[in-house]
Parts: sequence; structure tokens; C-alpha cells
Amino acid sequence: MKILVCISHVPDTTSKINFTDGDSKLDTNGVQFVINPNDEFGLTRAMWFKEKQGASVDVVNVGGPETEPTLRKALAIGADTAIRVNTPATDGFAVAKQLANVVKEGGYDLVIAGRESIDYNGGMVPGMLAELIGANFVTNCISLEVEGTNAKATREIDGGKESVSTSLPLVIGGQKGLVEESDLRIPNMRGIMQARKKPLNVVEPVEATKETTTVKFEKPEPKGSVKMVSPDNLDELVNLLHNEAKVI
Amino acid sequence: MSVLVYTESEEGKFKKVAFEVASYAKAVADQMGTTVTAITINADEVSELGTYGVDKVLKVNDSKLDTFNAKVYADVIQQAAEKEETKVVVVSSSADSKYLAPLLAVGLDAGYASNVVEAPTSASPFTVKRTAFTNKAFVFSTIETDVKIVGVSKNAFGLKENSASAASEEFSPSIPESGVQVESVDKATNTVTIADAEIVVSGGRGLKGPENWGMIEDLAEVLGAATACSKPVSDLGWRPHGEHVGQTGKPVAANLYIAIGISGAIQHLAGINASKVKVVINTDPEAPFFKAADYGVVGDAFEVVPKLTEKIKEFKAQNS
Ligand SMILES: Cc1cc2nc3c(=O)[nH]c(=O)nc-3n(C[C@H](O)[C@H](O)[C@H](O)COP(=O)(O)OP(=O)(O)OC[C@H]3O[C@@H](n4cnc5c(N)ncnc54)[C@H](O)[C@@H]3O)c2cc1C
Ligand SMILES: Nc1ncnc2c1ncn2[C@@H]1O[C@H](COP(=O)(O)O)[C@@H](O)[C@H]1O
Repeated sequence: MKILVCISHVPDTTSKINFTDGDSKLDTNGVQFVINPNDEFGLTRAMWFKEKQGASVDVVNVGGPETEPTLRKALAIGADTAIRVNTPATDGFAVAKQLANVVKEGGYDLVIAGRESIDYNGGMVPGMLAELIGANFVTNCISLEVEGTNAKATREIDGGKESVSTSLPLVIGGQKGLVEESDLRIPNMRGIMQARKKPLNVVEPVEATKETTTVKFEKPEPKGSVKMVSPDNLDELVNLLHNEAKVI
Repeated sequence: MSVLVYTESEEGKFKKVAFEVASYAKAVADQMGTTVTAITINADEVSELGTYGVDKVLKVNDSKLDTFNAKVYADVIQQAAEKEETKVVVVSSSADSKYLAPLLAVGLDAGYASNVVEAPTSASPFTVKRTAFTNKAFVFSTIETDVKIVGVSKNAFGLKENSASAASEEFSPSIPESGVQVESVDKATNTVTIADAEIVVSGGRGLKGPENWGMIEDLAEVLGAATACSKPVSDLGWRPHGEHVGQTGKPVAANLYIAIGISGAIQHLAGINASKVKVVINTDPEAPFFKAADYGVVGDAFEVVPKLTEKIKEFKAQNS
């Protein structure tokens, strides 16, 4: 089985988010970038496929050279080859187009992406990719088993979960549950050494027009300070929730 | 030319988000000088949509559509959009709509913006405001394609009454095969889901153990709320994984979020920040959650929660 894991390079949740250039760009100063958490679960699941049933695992990112440390980290965790499509990620559709080309060129059977990235939280790329390459698509995926060309998956739905059966070629939008946090792999010294020698192929983009354009960013209004209510005066809380907040 | 809105239902009845997206579609239609057409799939009674500004309903009823299937539903909505020569399709942020929208976007060659929180700031260029960076910022994006899809964030736009007549028309699209078959659905019945709930009552590690969740459930019950929890609570097996909210769990965009014995770590806040009003009950006045809250009570959950439940019961009795 040939597996491709899509890796989105995102600011760590704890980073402060600021903008530059008249609020048109993310200020990357002091921002720590990481593998998108949903992709980390997928990458570890891919390693299990490799170890338990034999598979090759490549990782891909659509982005500029600044994303290479993130791809190297994925190699250190155990991916075989990394691919960077050398173009900035402008919108979900343009990224999906680039990924579709990588999947076609590489002949991948299974593509593991994340249910959403924590930067733009679009939840768009995996579904668009699946549709562009005519593959089956399962999102919010919390378990995945593949036998031959048949796949069984569980996905989270509002209020519960659902089991589905499908077949390769398949794209999934993965999340926690595919593996647990305690299963996540942290690159060790040996992995990091090996990763230096593994191929990180930079490929040029195919033509793709974006469909949406970012005009500007805005930060939410600073929050007013919290109103404290004494635990001995909960009538006041009920009153505030009813008359002021109007939520009960 | 009309704006097409997918109004979701469950067991024949509209979900509340259906009325919110209909209200949103009406606002877009007004900006563009056109009307609103809704598509319903296996909904029983559709006239209610008129109250939220829907002029026409394409009513699809087919037992093959009883179980949600993203690919099939996307195809059905695409056929409706083509029939209506729609330029804007409006969907919700439910798990189902988020699943089908990217598929629909490719099918219609449409640009898609998700998590949109306001009516378009301009109709031409078509510009929307959406959340980004786990609710730490907003981004204004223009959708450049001829056909556009807007995914509306829950509880961001609200319900707007707008009476129209909602003439309904049977619509019988062709139903494609799907490569993904649903084998079984495991869904709690009779409880409010986090996704649908207007109010969410959430407990953290401060509650000490699963045996103490009775008071959380009682409070949720008087409020008609869903219950949720922080990540360690589900990791410890005190509560089912499906209740875990935050960056790695379910997102919460409720009108009211009550956090009890939760410290307010950034990964927790990332998932609940989209909620309108936040109440925090915590013994520690320094708990970071107070900085993100609207109302705070410094106190022991074991005393405060049962008392609060009683107060709300009294309030409900007086106001009903
Ligand atoms: C990559 C990553 C992803 C994560 N994703 C998530 C996520 O999605 N969701 C999530 O929740 N967390 C997530 N976390 C974990 C997060 O960082 C915190 O560890 C977690 O939210 C803490 O949970 P808690 O507030 O229940 O527990 P604690 O931090 O232990 O806080 C317990 C609180 O209860 C209070 N308390 C104690 N006794 C009482 C009492 N009797 N009455 C009232 N209050 C009391 C204490 O003062 C304290 O503030 C993630 C962490 C990482 C690294
Ligand atoms: N620039 C990118 N390069 C590679 N994969 C990506 C990129 N952007 C998004 N993805 C994948 O698509 C998933 C969902 O992202 P999004 O649609 O942006 O929410 C991520 O978890 C990644 O797996």
C-alpha cells in the first residue's frame, strides 16, 4: 500500500497571533510552527500500517521553504520521503489541486489528511482533494482499517459515531482516535539523524487558480473584564444570565 | 439565480441550524436582489421555512436518502443548484454540512468559505468574514468564482424572522451510488448533542471523579443543555470521548458555556471560544479561565453547582 500523509504547517495553539503589512499577513515573528495536530495522529496511524501490514509512507506539504523543518520532523518520526510543492498555500482549493497532482503522479492508494488545520480551520482540503481525484472520502475519522482494497472506518458524527465501509483509493480527514495522544511519536536522536539523509523532494507546482482571496485579518475586540458573582449570591448570576446576557 | 440554502432535518424535523442558515440566505438574497430557495431532504413539514424568509422549497423525499451520505447529498444539492441556476449556496457548520460542502464545491466549481460569522460585508466582490486561528482572529476573504458556497458558523448570525410564503415543489433528483456505505450508527437518543445545544455544561478535573457527574447532569437538565468535559476527563475515562471539547475535541459554539472545575488551558479555550457567553466556576481565583469568562464564581463546585441548579429551577418555575 502506498500512503501519502498531508502535513499542514501551522502555528502552535499557544502562539500569540499578530498580523503585519496592514493586517494582511500573519506575523510569523516568534511563532512556533508545528505539524497540524490532526495530521500528527494520521502520521502515527500511517506508521502503524507500515509496521504491521507493510506500506510506504510519504508526507507532503504545499508551501514555501519555511515549512521544511516541519517536513523533516515528519521524516524523523518515520516517513520515508517528503515532498514539498513549492508554492505558497493560498487557499484550500489551490492546495487541493496541488495535492491531487502529487497523488496522481505518485499513484497513492490511501491519503491521510486531517479533519481541519488549526490555522485557517477550513476543513476543505481533504474533501476537495478526494473529489478532484475521484477517491472515496471519510472525514472526522477516528479509526481506520484496510484489508486489500477494502477499508473500514469509524467517524465521529454530531452526537455519536458511525461505522462505514469503503474501498481504496481513499482520502480520510483524520483526528484524535485514529491513534491516541499517548501513541504519538516524538522524534528520537536516531530518527533525527536518519531524517537528514532521507529525500525531501521539492517539486514545482502545477497551474492552479485560487478561488478565494484573503483581504485582511482582524483581531477580536478585547474582551471586557469578567463580572464576578459571590457564591452566596447565585440569584444575581441567574438574573445576569437572564436580563443582561439573555441566554436563559 | 436565487440563493439556495440547504436546510437540514433529522427524522423529518428541521434542526435549529436550518432556520439560522435560512435567515442568513435571506440576508444574502436581499443584498443581491433575489429570492431564497431551500432544499430539504426527507423533511415532513416545510412551510415553517417561510417564517425565516424562504420563498420556495425544493422538497426531496426518497427513502434512499434516509441515512446521511456526504457524496450522495452533495450530488443532490448540486442538482438543485444547477436547476435553480444558483450563484450562492448556503450551508451550516454541522458535521454533515462540513463533510459535504468541499465535495459540492468541486462539483459546482464553486469557491467555498467555511465558519462565516456575518452576512457578506459586500456582495461584489463577494466578501465574507470568517474565524481563523482557532478563534483568535477573523479573516475577510473574497470568493472569486461565479458560484459561491458559504458555510455559516453556528449561533453567529442568529434567527431572523421574515415572513415569506415558502411555496413548496417536489424535486426528484437522480440518486447516485456512493463508494462509502454506512454500516451502523451509534447515537445517543434523547440527549442534547453538543453540536445542537444552545447551552453546554462542561466539567473538568476539578470534579475529582466520574461519580460526581450527577450534579453536572442535573444542572444540564434544568437548562436543557448538553454535557461536555475537558480532555483529561475523557482521557481518564470519567466521561465518554465524544464529550471532550477543545482543540483536539469537539468545537463548541453555544450561546452559553458553563465551565466547572476547568482551569482554562489555551487548548481548551481554542475549542470553546466561539461560544457567546462563558460562565466559570472554580475554587482558584487565579485560574486562567476567568480571563476568558463573562461571569465568574470563585467557589467550590460541590457547593455552588447544586445551589445554582436550585436557583435556576426556581427561576424556570416563575417564568414559565
Ligand atoms: C496538543 C494538546 C492538545 C490539547 N487539547 C485539549 C482539548 O482539546 N481540550 C482540553 O480540554 N484540553 C486539551 N489539552 C489539555 C490542556 O492543556 C489542559 O491540560 C486541560 O484542558 C486541563 O483540564 P482541566 O481544566 O479539566 O484540568 P486541570 O488543569 O487540572 O484544572 C482543574 C481545575 O479545577 C479547579 N478545581 C479543583 N477543585 C475544584 C472544586 N472543588 N470546585 C471548582 N473547581 C475546582 C482547579 O482550580 C483547576 O483550575 C491539550 C493539550 C495539548 C498539549
Ligand atoms: N498546505 C498544505 N499542505 C499539505 N496538506 C495540507 C495543506 N493544507 C491543508 N492540508 C491538509 O488538509 C487538512 C485540512 O486542512 P484545512 O482544509 O486547511 O482545514 C490538514 O489537516 C492537512 O492534512
